[in-house]
Amino acid sequence: MCLAVPGRVLDIEERDGTRMATVDFGGVVKEVCLEYLPDLRVGEYAIVHVGFALQRLDEESARQTLELFAELGMLQEEFGDAWEMAAAEAGVEPVTEAPADETPVAEVLAEEVRNR
Amino acid sequence: MKYIDEFQDPELARRLLDDIRATVTRPWALMEVCGGQTHSIIRHGIDQLLPDEVELIHGPGCPVCVTPLEVIDKALEIASRPEVIFCSFGDMLRVPGTGRDLFQVRGEGGDVRVVYSPLDALRIAQRNPDREVVFFGIGFETTAPPNAMTVHQARKLGIGNFSMLVSHVRVPPAIEAIMSSPSCRVQGFLAAGHVCSVMGVGEYPELAERFRVPIVVTGFEPLDILEGVRRAVRQLERGEHTVDNAYARAVRPEGNPAARAMLEDVFEVTDRAWRGIGVIPDSGWRLSSKYRDHDAEHRFAVGGIRTVEPAECRSGEVLQGLLKPHECEAFGTLCTPRTPLGATMVSSEGACAAYYLYRRLDLPAAKAREASPVV
Repeated sequence: MCLAVPGRVLDIEERDGTRMATVDFGGVVKEVCLEYLPDLRVGEYAIVHVGFALQRLDEESARQTLELFAELGMLQEEFGDAWEMAAAEAGVEPVTEAPADETPVAEVLAEEVRNR
Repeated sequence: MKYIDEFQDPELARRLLDDIRATVTRPWALMEVCGGQTHSIIRHGIDQLLPDEVELIHGPGCPVCVTPLEVIDKALEIASRPEVIFCSFGDMLRVPGTGRDLFQVRGEGGDVRVVYSPLDALRIAQRNPDREVVFFGIGFETTAPPNAMTVHQARKLGIGNFSMLVSHVRVPPAIEAIMSSPSCRVQGFLAAGHVCSVMGVGEYPELAERFRVPIVVTGFEPLDILEGVRRAVRQLERGEHTVDNAYARAVRPEGNPAARAMLEDVFEVTDRAWRGIGVIPDSGWRLSSKYRDHDAEHRFAVGGIRTVEPAECRSGEVLQGLLKPHECEAFGTLCTPRTPLGATMVSSEGACAAYYLYRRLDLPAAKAREASPVV
């Protein structure tokens, strides 16, 4: 949870009066709130924490950090299925099925992340 | 040079290490405040790479670990109610309360959901107007602004069925408490980079001056940490004690002014109990009176909870840097990620979890056999 991950802005739109972006985290795509970095533009990088862009980052720093996080499995830790991970840790069967409107498990493109 | 191949730039890592070796003349103890940094340090064996004179002490910088047992128990009680959808970040699922955790509450039929962002919880509240949606708002200065914005949005959009169980903590008062302890050995701090991305560095000069400790804002990659150590050691050897920013690519001196303004609007500073440590004055945030309607503690009567900490758990000493995880008698035997006594063993940023994950082969053979493998 503490991890703040660099991501690249793909798209920006206003929703419910809030500035939101689609952000690519090395293959995992998520919605991110831009209210704290309102002048962030498409193509720029930012450090994102729990769905909020908190600070700008240059492309090279962002790319290096993403590659390291991917290599260390930290992206999986951040965006993977928390129930599965908790069940594995507890040594029990995974909880069967998530409620319909639970945040969908990130489109974890684990393969893609690994292959970067 | 264990794990050195994993460094992004082994040559630069070697140069930083050489520089630290050439600079250090006597023992120094540095505390990394952030649990993410602790994991990076243990994962890469950075503490083993450093010269013997430089000791890294792990600080209380895991928000999950320091969330008081009483608050965990309140969360469990609220999450058990049939009318409630309880939303949390995933790393709270297995943090033990008195007798059980959120993972078990869901197994018993509680509607516990994991969200990536607090805004996801707000969306769940919009879609389920006949239910009470409660978000578990914990974390340091990095997580507090997103949570503050979410409460602000709930009020703006008139989402009355959304509330937050707030247990936010602040880093500077924790540094003050650590330095004020008579048993403190810390001579310098690696400050948590992403906390400073939000708050800037303005709170630190007074602490550096008062306690005569260098405070170096540090990132999370191995090279960031080596550079943070290098700058802290250089100051110590010169008898200096200033605030230095070694993570300038993500930390502006003023932090993020918009986020700080929202924090001031939605929260107010309060005394906060830290699990295993006790109450630290002014070390937390709670919702300000303007947002009291969205405070889950007010909405649900969860007072009068009696908490029982396991006597064997010494995580409080671990969190204060007084004890290394593997020095605890219960480590790897009574206490494992499968059967955790304290949050430091299950949180993804917990120091005990880091030692268990990356150092379990260092356990004595008998202990290692009893310990259940995690990965």
